[in-house]
Amino acid sequence: MAEKLLEIKNLRYSFRTYGGTVKAVRGVSYDVRKGEILGIVGESGCGKSVTAQCILRLNPEPPGFVEGGEILFEGKDLLKSSKKEMRDIRGKKIGFIFQDPMTSLNPTMRVGKQIEEVFVGQNNVSRKEAHDRALEMMKMVGISDAEKRFRQFPHELSGGMKQRVMIAMALVSKPSLIICDEPTTSLDVTIEAQILDLLLELREKTGTSIIMITHDLGVIARICDRVVVMYGGEVMEHGNANEIFYQTAHPYTRGLLNSIAGLSTPKDAVLKPIDGTPPDLFSPPKGCPFAARCEYAMKVCQDYPAPEAKLSESHETVCWLQNKMAPDVDLHVERRGRKKDENSETNTAAKE
Amino acid sequence: MAKYIIKRLVAAAVTILVLATVVFFLVRLMPGEPFTNPKLTPTVRANLEAYYGFDKPLIVQYFQYLGNLLQGNFGYSMFYTNRTVNDMIASTFPFSADVGIRALVMSISIGIVLGILSARHRGKGIDIFCVIVAILGTSIPDFIMGAFLQYVFGIKWGLLPVAQYKGFAYTILPSIGLGFYTLAQVTKIMRTSMLDVIQQDYIKTARAKGISEFRVTFRHQIRNAIMPVLTILGPTVASVLTGTFVIESIFAIPGMGRYYVESVTNNDYSMILGMTVFYGIFLVLCNLIVDILYGLVDPRVRIADNNSQ
Repeated sequence: MAEKLLEIKNLRYSFRTYGGTVKAVRGVSYDVRKGEILGIVGESGCGKSVTAQCILRLNPEPPGFVEGGEILFEGKDLLKSSKKEMRDIRGKKIGFIFQDPMTSLNPTMRVGKQIEEVFVGQNNVSRKEAHDRALEMMKMVGISDAEKRFRQFPHELSGGMKQRVMIAMALVSKPSLIICDEPTTSLDVTIEAQILDLLLELREKTGTSIIMITHDLGVIARICDRVVVMYGGEVMEHGNANEIFYQTAHPYTRGLLNSIAGLSTPKDAVLKPIDGTPPDLFSPPKGCPFAARCEYAMKVCQDYPAPEAKLSESHETVCWLQNKMAPDVDLHVERRGRKKDENSETNTAAKE
Repeated sequence: MAKYIIKRLVAAAVTILVLATVVFFLVRLMPGEPFTNPKLTPTVRANLEAYYGFDKPLIVQYFQYLGNLLQGNFGYSMFYTNRTVNDMIASTFPFSADVGIRALVMSISIGIVLGILSARHRGKGIDIFCVIVAILGTSIPDFIMGAFLQYVFGIKWGLLPVAQYKGFAYTILPSIGLGFYTLAQVTKIMRTSMLDVIQQDYIKTARAKGISEFRVTFRHQIRNAIMPVLTILGPTVASVLTGTFVIESIFAIPGMGRYYVESVTNNDYSMILGMTVFYGIFLVLCNLIVDILYGLVDPRVRIADNNSQ
């Protein structure tokens, strides 16, 4: 197993609002290893973006504040780093790609300049060098006619091009970690495929680690090595991609898998949504956050937080169903003919 | 760009022509006439009217007026006999412009700075201060503001001269009095606009790059936030520079404002027309400059024929 690059330990993060304190992230732990792509999946408001933005301290503070926990990056706690130290990490050691390329680029600045700007304040990089590296990175992410694009403004580029610019910006100083916050959500599927391929290719070339935040399981299946499933500000299940898809061990993950349509889904099949709404994070439930919507919920789920259950070296879930005393439940999802990783060693239990 | 400017200048000329025409006919619809002094005998009046061409048909007068206007000649004042309108403008405008420029420089620069500070420290003391300044500035009428400044700084504390216009110290109070409204407006608009920009996604992107907060503000926030301020500057600059009746009267500044208002009460047709057209030209030019500045600030509104190159 590769070395840990980033480790989040029991992170708790909240926002003070007029209505009270929103406990957005409640004890999240996960780690990212060198060279891997970690997928973080969950529905809107489950705290996946807030957690990721915590890594670079990008949440607006106030109203946001850290309640506890640690974020260790290269052995150093980012939550205790000074502003100056954070500036040296942002963009340089950790790159961030945002969800909406349409609004994430400064409309009044040439795109080349915006990429170059990562090097501002870096004494060891001259202007000329910054320019050259920005240009080189634009070519690398597949921006054709890069010299011309360099001098263009964001509104003169298409959505896919803008996202490539964002990626170039995140990559230009060769960071060891890139956080992608739903990088393809606002793009159409062809562009999405191109962008995902590009990320895979860049990982091959530079060996960078990637955190891929998404609510699209298709994206996860396509590129991620390991997956963290989040719900209600907590981690529900994590494991490698095959374990999540084929040895689903948490009712929420099952719910997510049930609610998507694939090419092989029969025409008459009815997609099964997860009933109910996410928990109110002003006063989060004291038991499992998913208990209220879970079809297997037991009395204990409502009252006590579920224990962690280790299913394999890499696969863990937080669910009472894993308890010895719990009834046996088959959480496997029927996934006919779904494409799997070439290097998968787990069996195709779900295949017919 | 040149094509665009020429196009705009032609449009401006048409605007001015329409303005002159409308005002020309409107002033003649006003009650009263220019020569109503009871001391004038009918013969003298007839002579005066002949001198100013009132005996000719209105349409002839109109074209005569337009002809003069094209040569930049606004004609003779009908109240201050023997003085041309051009001459009056030339002798009064510098004073109005002088106090106006001071007022504008002060109010725009301070207004923008206050707006930025206010937005960046939302809800803190400085923000509350700026909001109060903005409310006071937009709600206190200028005659109260002027009198208040005179009383406090001129009489009570004796720091600055109360009125007249004879040197730097004399310019301070009228500039504040004239500029305070604009300052408040600029503060308010800049604050709102900054608050909007601060929470834009691209500001987060800028922060994620690890650049300093100073650079985030100066390179990313201000330029994007300044557009709404530019919008109000066109008309504001034109009206502040051409003088205001109230401030100029209170501080005894020999500017244009007083003559403009007087010309209306005196039925001084050529003066009303001259001043209005002068103000109109000024306004159209200011708006043109603002439109060009838009393009410089925001590439998205850069003029179309620039793209095709």
